[in-house]
Amino acid sequence: MEILLAIMIAVLTSCGIYLILRLRTFPVVVGLTLLSYAVNLFLFAMGRLTLNAPAVIGATDQYTDPLPQALVLTAIVIGFAMTAFLMALALRAWGEFGNDHVDGTAIPGSDGDDRR
Amino acid sequence: MISHLIMAPVLLPLFAGLLILLEVRQRLWLRRATGLIATALLLPIAFLLWQQAAAGDITVYRLGNWQPPFGIVLVLDQLSAMMLLITALLALPVYLHACRGDDQPGANFHSLFQFQLLGINGAFLTGDLFNLFVFFEVLLIASYALLMHGQGPQRAKAGLHYVILNLAGSSLFLFGLGLLYAATGTLNMADVGRVICAGELVSPLLLQVSGALLLVVFALKAALLPLSFWLPGAYSAASAPVAALFAIMTKVGLYAIWRMWPLLYGLQDSPLHGMVSPWLWGLALATIAFAALGVLSAQRLAVLASWLVLVSVGTLMAALTASTPAAWAAGFYYMIHSTFAAAALFLLVGLISAHRGVLADQIEEGSGLSPLLGLLFVVLAVMLVGLPPLSGFIGKLVLLQAVPEAAFWIVLLLASLLLLIAFSRAGSTVFWRHQAGGKPATLPLAAAAPLTFLLLLCVAMVVLAAPMMNVAASTAEQLANAQGYIDAVLGAAEVMP
Repeated sequence: MEILLAIMIAVLTSCGIYLILRLRTFPVVVGLTLLSYAVNLFLFAMGRLTLNAPAVIGATDQYTDPLPQALVLTAIVIGFAMTAFLMALALRAWGEFGNDHVDGTAIPGSDGDDRR
Repeated sequence: MISHLIMAPVLLPLFAGLLILLEVRQRLWLRRATGLIATALLLPIAFLLWQQAAAGDITVYRLGNWQPPFGIVLVLDQLSAMMLLITALLALPVYLHACRGDDQPGANFHSLFQFQLLGINGAFLTGDLFNLFVFFEVLLIASYALLMHGQGPQRAKAGLHYVILNLAGSSLFLFGLGLLYAATGTLNMADVGRVICAGELVSPLLLQVSGALLLVVFALKAALLPLSFWLPGAYSAASAPVAALFAIMTKVGLYAIWRMWPLLYGLQDSPLHGMVSPWLWGLALATIAFAALGVLSAQRLAVLASWLVLVSVGTLMAALTASTPAAWAAGFYYMIHSTFAAAALFLLVGLISAHRGVLADQIEEGSGLSPLLGLLFVVLAVMLVGLPPLSGFIGKLVLLQAVPEAAFWIVLLLASLLLLIAFSRAGSTVFWRHQAGGKPATLPLAAAAPLTFLLLLCVAMVVLAAPMMNVAASTAEQLANAQGYIDAVLGAAEVMP
């Protein structure tokens, strides 16, 4: 279980970082979203993994740490709002520049060039 | 009643911002008046809180009366009270300046300004690291929108970079917090310190990683050298009042490092002790040197002002890393001075570009400018370069006394020389080399009033230098006393309704 989760987080993080380094705004947005998924999973793991246990102290002998769940909830909400804002911003930048290169300067034939 | 006053710097901007949102369809003067009342009210509140903290006690407010470390606490000590007071003193003139016309392009400027203050005040008050993350996000999302206030492709580009960088920073912040919780089992700042002192650490290695990750995030907000390239682009693209308000934003990052220093990075028993300070020391000096070269190379006044912010960040980081109460006290004095002076410079640049039309703030010869602008520029230059007799000189003098390291002296003094050259060049080009003929446009006195208020604050810092240094010294002493902070927070009494 630990290994599976660790691999998932690693794959999500590396995909996210790869996409953030792209030249177009849309892959960057997707990359940041993947990175925030990785963070959310990571926060879950920070209170140690417990299977089949409620997040209520005292209900049973074994319980899950409830704090990471509350933190993940907050992180999801904030990440969602930030992604929405970034999408709006990317659209505005596209409107201003006429292309979706992160610098607004499309290099002919490059990743961010719309004329291809 | 007085025990709830600590909530006011958070609640007041929140409700004022919401009220202004309801008024968006109303007349502009109504929005301005609401914002102005709320911003002005912050001043007496911050002053009362500062007086309360100056007595030497740490006030702890348990939200929902949860017992620390389980609930979120707001903590008011001398450092946070001082930061609140600086913010309130800065916000009022900046807002007044904005109300002279810079607020018109966007309908939501006034509420965003309040939300920005909410985030900044919250970040200074909170005693919980996850709550610090939340307040960081609040101040960031307000700053994203404020940075984009007004139009222009330049602003859209700078805004896009700023937002993407800070979102990546937020992810790192969460990774760091997760590791910190895994290592210590708590996110309460005081409890982190207690766990380390009591030797209850689950894993020293995890703590080192999390401390380093958090430091990267704070350094990104503070714009320390390898993470500072976003700042000149973002600040110089923002409108004048927004850039002036952002003068406090890098200080939020520095504040976070300062707050965690006695509890995490500089604590004797901490596995991080001595691990980060050599790095930070080198990076601080590199930031000063690099930013001074940036000031010299600036083609626009707003870019010059942005690089100046970086010079002060490097200087403050060096004072922080020196890690003695005397250096911290000197750092606090310099921080107050540099915040006000940098904000005043941004406002002045705004006035200059408004007078020069298409030429805006390019450092090129243009039409004549009012002598009043020139006078203000000279005063600001003297202050920011650190020439006697203004506050920059005193700030640098106490810093040099408190940090007697040869490398620091050489870098700081050489940087001051470069600043002097850059200011002389910029000033003589903009103010002296103009086309002959044509009377310079006159500047209404009211337009320069907010900026003059900031300058007068700096002059007051010269007159009151001795009492202010005493206050700074006791602030530094209280901050360095980690055990006192831990005992005060974890032993906090219930809040009476």
